[in-house]
Amino acid sequence: MNVNTLLAEWSDLLIYSAIAVYAIAFIMYAFDLFGPGFVGQIRSEEAGARGSAGAVEARAAEAQGAERGADARSAAGAASGAATAVLDTAEAGSGAGDADGESPSVRALRRWARVGTALTVIAVVLHLAAIVLRVAAVMRVPWSNLMEYALIASAFVAVGYVVLLLIRDVRFLGTLVTGAVLLTLGLCITVFYTPAAGIIPALDNYWIWIHVPIAILSTVLLSLSACMAVVQIVKAWSEGRETVPGPLRFVRALPSSTDLEKTSYRMAAVGFVTWTFTLVAGAFWAEIAWGRYWGWDAKEIWTFVVWVVYAAYLHARATRGWTATRVAVLNLIGVATIIFNATIVNTYFDGLHSYAGV
Amino acid sequence: MGREDTGAKAAPADIGFVGMLRWAWRQLTTMRAALILLLVLALAAIPGSLLPQRIQDPGTVARFIEENGALGEFLDAVQLFDVYSSFWFSAVYILLMVSLVGCIIPRTRQHWKAMRQRPPRAPRRLSRMPVHTTLPLSGEGAPRTREELLDRAEKVLRRSGYRVARAEDHVAAERGHLRETGNLTFHVSILAVVIVMALGGLLGYSGQRVLVEGETFSNSLVSYDSFEPGTYFDADSLADYRLTLDHFETRWDDQAPGVQFGQPRQFDATVTLSRDGESRQMLLRPNEPVRVDGSRVYLLGNGYAPVITVRDAAGEVTFSGPVVFLPQDGANTSRGVVKVPDSGGPEQLGFVGIFLPTAAQNEDGELYSEFAELRNPLLVMSAYEGDLGLDSGVPQSVYELDADEMTELAEPDGAPLQLVLQPGETVELPGERGSVTLDEVRKYVGLDIRHDPVQVWMLPFTLALFLGLALSLFVPRRRVWVRVSGDEVEVAGLARGEDPRVEVAVREIAEKLDAARERA
Ligand code: HEM
Repeated sequence: MNVNTLLAEWSDLLIYSAIAVYAIAFIMYAFDLFGPGFVGQIRSEEAGARGSAGAVEARAAEAQGAERGADARSAAGAASGAATAVLDTAEAGSGAGDADGESPSVRALRRWARVGTALTVIAVVLHLAAIVLRVAAVMRVPWSNLMEYALIASAFVAVGYVVLLLIRDVRFLGTLVTGAVLLTLGLCITVFYTPAAGIIPALDNYWIWIHVPIAILSTVLLSLSACMAVVQIVKAWSEGRETVPGPLRFVRALPSSTDLEKTSYRMAAVGFVTWTFTLVAGAFWAEIAWGRYWGWDAKEIWTFVVWVVYAAYLHARATRGWTATRVAVLNLIGVATIIFNATIVNTYFDGLHSYAGV
Repeated sequence: MGREDTGAKAAPADIGFVGMLRWAWRQLTTMRAALILLLVLALAAIPGSLLPQRIQDPGTVARFIEENGALGEFLDAVQLFDVYSSFWFSAVYILLMVSLVGCIIPRTRQHWKAMRQRPPRAPRRLSRMPVHTTLPLSGEGAPRTREELLDRAEKVLRRSGYRVARAEDHVAAERGHLRETGNLTFHVSILAVVIVMALGGLLGYSGQRVLVEGETFSNSLVSYDSFEPGTYFDADSLADYRLTLDHFETRWDDQAPGVQFGQPRQFDATVTLSRDGESRQMLLRPNEPVRVDGSRVYLLGNGYAPVITVRDAAGEVTFSGPVVFLPQDGANTSRGVVKVPDSGGPEQLGFVGIFLPTAAQNEDGELYSEFAELRNPLLVMSAYEGDLGLDSGVPQSVYELDADEMTELAEPDGAPLQLVLQPGETVELPGERGSVTLDEVRKYVGLDIRHDPVQVWMLPFTLALFLGLALSLFVPRRRVWVRVSGDEVEVAGLARGEDPRVEVAVREIAEKLDAARERA
């Protein structure tokens, strides 16, 4: 069970490279979201229904809006102008948008997003390669300390996002997702950093193959759900207003808050089931490891707290008098307990679960 | 189940005591109460992770209270060191369980009724339903009569898992009662899990025992170092067996860099289990308890036990045996004490020792252990003389020396005496007090022995909990109607609660009807 240090060093290098590429992708996505690209696409797609002239017009309107910079009123005005135009002729020219739904003008508008996605894919490849090399270096389960846990969880998030992109255009999430992955990888290589090595006897058991990946999966699902909840709250806030401040113009082009809420809920529901499994599997493991299936160890307490908060979230959703925004806030409290559990509890709280290795 | 009315209203005046109780009960069993209780439960569980808890570590709790004076005593008074058995934590979860029962019973009754009811008749205007589609009635090979069409609709719906009722011009169908069944199963399982946990605490026991290589433990109350029985545990029911620690194999990482250096990699205890006159050698390791007669033996700790012999001035042995030293850090720097009440001299003797499995010296000349394995073992002890306090009646820890009534022995020059020993070495105590020998160093294991007679019930209940939860979250509930009127067939659907697929489902039914018609 000797560790191959050369491979481990290469793995670290790949993490640094992935960080660099994610960082650029993050910036590209931010340009797209906060710049003219994202809002422009929606507008020119709508306008595109009228024919390409519409798209040009939309682009002109956009340019105008951009010139006036922070003058949100004019931008919003331009948007609603384009939207009414679409209403008149919605059925006229469905052929105008090409197969990908991206007319040449849209392609130009959203080049930042395209670059962002391409870079994200490259970063994911580097990220996965880092994991593969780490596994090759240690030849054991790749999640036996906090660094490895975070490394894998962030890879799940990034891969999940790329897969989602194949199904639907969710590039508006790109900034949030690459940002979160970037932050996690940064922590991996600094605060959480743990040199490649063997495994301690307490963890050397088949349950680590069951309990931990499901925990990672739950973390990923519940964090993605929380990302959606953030967007949902912003969108719901904007739906009640005439205008939004310049940098937040992108919310106009987001799906409705009701749709966002549904997606967020579905991910949370699946995440809750997998978290329940994490909890129960943890209890089974605790029984063979420590002699009792439940003992209020710090980590058990927080796993329980997370579970109860999400149970409350599910109840709130079914309780009359709770608005979607209030329910979403519970979702965010839930993800806060998850993050607390994964970071602070792992590193600062004493207990049987002190496996973080930092 | 859908949404429930939870508007909490103030208690009406003049309803009397019974009315008041009834009102309180109704409030407690609303969804809103459950929601608030869940949030309070989450909050109430948190302090147990911030403060040391007696169930895990009574020693740390005692130290914490001592160090924090009045604050410590206050925290203790409000049971913050026993959170999970505190009156307030219990109050929250018992209220939640009561709420749960109060919720489950009426819902089960309702659900029972709902399952036996016919699917409700179609509303007058199906086009008002959220999902609605029509098929032309005429077409090639179309069945002529309305009856034939409705027969077909009935068959298609039944085959797709709907419960079906026939009216004169339409078929009404409903599916998804399993959702509520699952939800009720889930909530009942939670209740069951909590009950099994409580029973386990009442009927079982846990005990600890330190066992040095070569020693044998026989399962009886006196053999335990500590023993915590449940309230209804019957001591006569202890199984009759003996366990010998033959050998304990350990390995730590001496290759890895950084924080991984010195991490444990292997703990394998070879034990012999004897019962009913039969002996069997087996391996006891972390994650692999030995199970015997319904109780389980776990390997939860380990360390070194230097074998120390103390002799008096005449060379008579006054103490001899392995002394368990408690590890203080990852490199197994360990502390332990030796008490010699009958020292052969006028005063009792006591020793406080530090054991270093791999001794090294830092720049300041201080000794420390740099690795957990026995590579350069060294025992460093100071010696005390006086009254050990063993007769005071207060039980003493075998790991602590109460030196209040003792004086530390010193070198002739006045410096405190330090005995430094490698295995096999003997040092003389000054002033004709005899000698101390470190014969050898053995390993020991800390065993946890547990018994919980109802634990087996956890498996079926957690399985039911899961199944129930999955059904409750993912089985869609919906109603579908197929009506034949004039020259068209209408198909309409209504989702009841979360149902992302209702449109697809209605369209599929319409397509099947269409296909069935073409085949006819
Ligand atoms: C130990 C406490 C409880 C836990 C952990 C718990 C957990 C859950 C969970 C996870 C769900 C989600 C299933 C779903 O959304 O369909 C749920 C649903 C539900 N629970 Fe609870 N529950 C508890 C107590 C209660 C109590 C006391 C009540 C009664 C007041 C209650 C009433 C309901 C109802 C009516 C639903 C269905 C909500 C819906 O239609 O979506 N629960 N519960």
